[in-house]
Amino acid sequence: MFETRGPREGQVRIPSGCAIAAIMDRSGNRHDGSDILKSIALMHDRSNGLGGGFAAYGIYPEYRELYAFHIMYESREARAQTEAYLDRYFMSEKQERIPTEAVAAIKNPPDIWRYFVAPHPMRLANSGLDEAEYTMQHVFHINGKIDGAFVASSGKNMGAFKGVGYPEDIGEFYRIQDYDAWAWTAHGRFPTNTPGWWGGAHPFTLLNWSVVHNGEISSYDANRRYVEQFGYDCELQTDTEVITYLFDLLARRHGFSQEMAARIMAAPSWEDIDRMPPDQAAFETALRTVYSSALVNGPFSIIIGSDEGLLALNDRLKLRALMAAEKGPMVYMASEQAAIEIVCPDAENVRSIEGGQPFVVQLDSVAAAKARESAENCPAREKPFRHEVEVHPRRKERSHA
Amino acid sequence: MKRIYALEDWCIDCKRCEVACKVFHSKSKDPVKAFLFEQPRPRNRVRVEGNRTLSIAINCRHCPAPKCVEGCISGAMTRNPETGVVTSNPEKCVGCRTCVSLCPFGAVTIEEGPRHPIAFKCDLCGEVPGVPGSPSCVAACPNRALIYVESEGN
Amino acid sequence: MLDYVLPRYRVLRDGDLCIQCGVCERSCSNEVHHVDEELGRVTANNGACVNCQRCVVMCPTQALAITRWPQVDSGSANWTLETMQDIAKQAQTGAVLLGSMGNPKPFPVYWDHLLLNASQVTNPSIDPLREPMETRVFLGSRPEILKVNERDEKLSAPLPPQLRLDVPLMFSAMSFGSISLNAQKALAMAARELGTFFNTGEGGLHRDLEQYADCAIVQVASGRFGVDPHYLGVTGAIEIKIGQGAKPGIGGHLPGEKISAEVSRTRMIPQGTDAISPAPHHDIYSIEDLRQLVFSLKEATGYAKPVAVKVAAVHNVAAIASGMARAGADIIVVDGFRGGTGAAPRRIRDNVGIPIELALAAVDQRLRDESIRSTVSLVAAGSIRSSADIVRAIALGADAVYCASAPLIALGCHQCQDCSSGKCNWGIATQRPDLVRRLNPEIAAERVVNLVHGWTHEIKEMMGGMGINAVDSLRGNRLMLRGVGLNEKELEILGVKYAGE
Repeated sequence: MFETRGPREGQVRIPSGCAIAAIMDRSGNRHDGSDILKSIALMHDRSNGLGGGFAAYGIYPEYRELYAFHIMYESREARAQTEAYLDRYFMSEKQERIPTEAVAAIKNPPDIWRYFVAPHPMRLANSGLDEAEYTMQHVFHINGKIDGAFVASSGKNMGAFKGVGYPEDIGEFYRIQDYDAWAWTAHGRFPTNTPGWWGGAHPFTLLNWSVVHNGEISSYDANRRYVEQFGYDCELQTDTEVITYLFDLLARRHGFSQEMAARIMAAPSWEDIDRMPPDQAAFETALRTVYSSALVNGPFSIIIGSDEGLLALNDRLKLRALMAAEKGPMVYMASEQAAIEIVCPDAENVRSIEGGQPFVVQLDSVAAAKARESAENCPAREKPFRHEVEVHPRRKERSHA
Repeated sequence: MKRIYALEDWCIDCKRCEVACKVFHSKSKDPVKAFLFEQPRPRNRVRVEGNRTLSIAINCRHCPAPKCVEGCISGAMTRNPETGVVTSNPEKCVGCRTCVSLCPFGAVTIEEGPRHPIAFKCDLCGEVPGVPGSPSCVAACPNRALIYVESEGN
Repeated sequence: MLDYVLPRYRVLRDGDLCIQCGVCERSCSNEVHHVDEELGRVTANNGACVNCQRCVVMCPTQALAITRWPQVDSGSANWTLETMQDIAKQAQTGAVLLGSMGNPKPFPVYWDHLLLNASQVTNPSIDPLREPMETRVFLGSRPEILKVNERDEKLSAPLPPQLRLDVPLMFSAMSFGSISLNAQKALAMAARELGTFFNTGEGGLHRDLEQYADCAIVQVASGRFGVDPHYLGVTGAIEIKIGQGAKPGIGGHLPGEKISAEVSRTRMIPQGTDAISPAPHHDIYSIEDLRQLVFSLKEATGYAKPVAVKVAAVHNVAAIASGMARAGADIIVVDGFRGGTGAAPRRIRDNVGIPIELALAAVDQRLRDESIRSTVSLVAAGSIRSSADIVRAIALGADAVYCASAPLIALGCHQCQDCSSGKCNWGIATQRPDLVRRLNPEIAAERVVNLVHGWTHEIKEMMGGMGINAVDSLRGNRLMLRGVGLNEKELEILGVKYAGE
């Protein structure tokens, strides 16, 4: 399907600027994709037609217990190989081509499928891993080892719709108006060169996480080499990918709340810590000390989607724009205020998200449940992590070679 | 007033202070000319005594009640009441050596003068007699064994 | 017997500028200069000159310079003058050749093949004058996962002890004995002022320096000099010295004449006896023995301070470092072959060990491959010459660096490599009272503080250029480095791309 292949994410590191937007209904009511499409379309000039995409939460209620894999194939062999692999490690409830519509501006789309799967029970038990680790491991395998196949999303009751093109064209291509979600995020991309690869478009996802990001982080390699210790393969070499893995490590594996995970990634400065009361300073110092390599540096604004809701975060110096506004149960975020006002002209509480201050929007139901939970982070420790069951030292090709 | 103090702990007997003093009090202010060509040879007013393991720079303390001034028979040795700097006027000095014998620090020496031997002592590198300058011995000391600091008393 | 050894240096004296003041004569402990009143000039015994350049600096008229002895060699690239002189020396004495400081041979300096990045367009560089630029680091072991109570903002389990460094640089181990008390005191004063640590080496902690004990890392080396509960108790951290970059596999020997009353008291050995550090620790013949010593020291100090283990960078250093981390070391120190020493057999100094750049990169990568890099701290040592070297070391993966030669140069050291003679004209590597007093610790500390302040400003500028405002984000950030003039294997070990990639 693809005649030529330029350098892709994973082969080169491609910095990019971007537009991001998100809409969420805290009450859990679902809305179709037309508003998010309008919002991201307004920021047309912030992307350059080389990548756009959406993540949607709550779109597959009938399969909410199953992992929904969105997979893009560049060849029939890739699909055959991937499906054989899935057959081996997962039980598939349903598989189908994702409905798309021909759009003039969208050239050479890959063949895009979705699968609703559960881990193969016996193989899962044999692996010694928990369900999420197991699934993550196999997503990594498909993305890293099967040429021409890329898992666009792998969470439950959520999905990513992304590709090469302006976001509004991508939305139309995927017919996102046909999906109802309680949270939508969107991304328009301005990469500094022309990879033109669908897998490289955003949102980037892993399990239930989806991340849209604007910025270029200067701590990339420090963060990458930190998470790679723990079995996260940064195949794409993008900021979004590494931010997603950091978040997964801190929130899912280490059991921190999303807010705390975000605080670790945009930690308070030593200057601020030195001004805190001793107890609090000791707490923050311990966090910064243990997680010093999880500090994300350089300009970024991100919106992270999950089954709990949305979280937005700006770098400590606030070097990237990100606005938020509310209206009843609805919360809007976008790189530009106009992109909020176009879908909600009477939005209230319009404000800029502050540098280093996590902006958390949870589903009402999640917030209520959280209030009853213990405040101790409880690391997912009953089962080992993927990197702990591997043979050490890992013999992997070094990324520069 | 600011005075020069010598710290024997850090004096290393290099005598760079002596060289600097001589050069400052030469006509040319150039070490090569001062040492090799100028006549009369410029004299140093600071003097390092001792050996490599224990040495100290001997320098005028500019005492508040200087014995040298008290004993001067010709009115050459005076203390500027405003600055506290003690200087000897070569024109008036008769070379009687009373100041040398009275100085408790051995900081005054008698050297060859234009007509007869006269008293020499530290003038704090002042351009004008009685007005302290920036002591060149202190600047030349590599080990801070000479310090020029504000001291108690006048 | 006629000595066939030629002078190495020649004193160039500008007769037009020499004022025969004798400062040079009084400055030289090697008795090179002599003011000859009879001849009316200053003469030089060139053979005694070690090129310490004290006279050059002290001369009030800049009449002096030291040059190489102008003897031509045999014309053979194989039998160089230096090689032949070594043979002549050994033929004369039958002794092992001694040298000082680090490996001086022209092996590649990998620092000089690594270039730094800066931001352009796609992300902004940060101005350190406008924005906070953080150079603080902590050293110690950490859990992989921190357990906390988020609501109370409390730790569920205390963090292991950490050393706080306001600058990512410490002063490496130099014992009292190998250097003068004034030199050690200067480093202690500078460490306090800078918010970092000095290292006592294996010579014990002199009672005059106990006031700086909280800024001290004390060594427990194979000779165990000066080690008692008090010594271990008063300091910031303890370092087990297994090896040293300048002389891997070799112990130490401080000759009896350097064991003065003060050195004797501090080392807890009789005055005038040789202080011999065995090549290995005789209670550490394997990694499990190291674990026992690490935990003995932790037990002895109530688990209140980190224990570092220092090894020389040798061929298998990555595996060794991994073993050290597993043996309980909180801080791993790797010392490259350019690291200095007061005295080492020259053949060892010049031929044993590997460059710190490669060792550091290999150790950092191995610890990451084994998923334990973030649970232990890594310190690189062995000739960090500038702020750019620090930035490169951190980008390769170090948490901080140890520096000794550079601060010594700030103190006046001119790298003459004659430390072992004990006649250091700068008052650094000597115990002779007349020479020791040449180093006023107050001046020396100021000079070291100035140097580190200058470096810190430069580190901040370089980080800001990269768009990084905390040293945490530089650590292991090898994308900030590009290689030039390196082959593929070197790039692979260093984990960096070639410039232009």
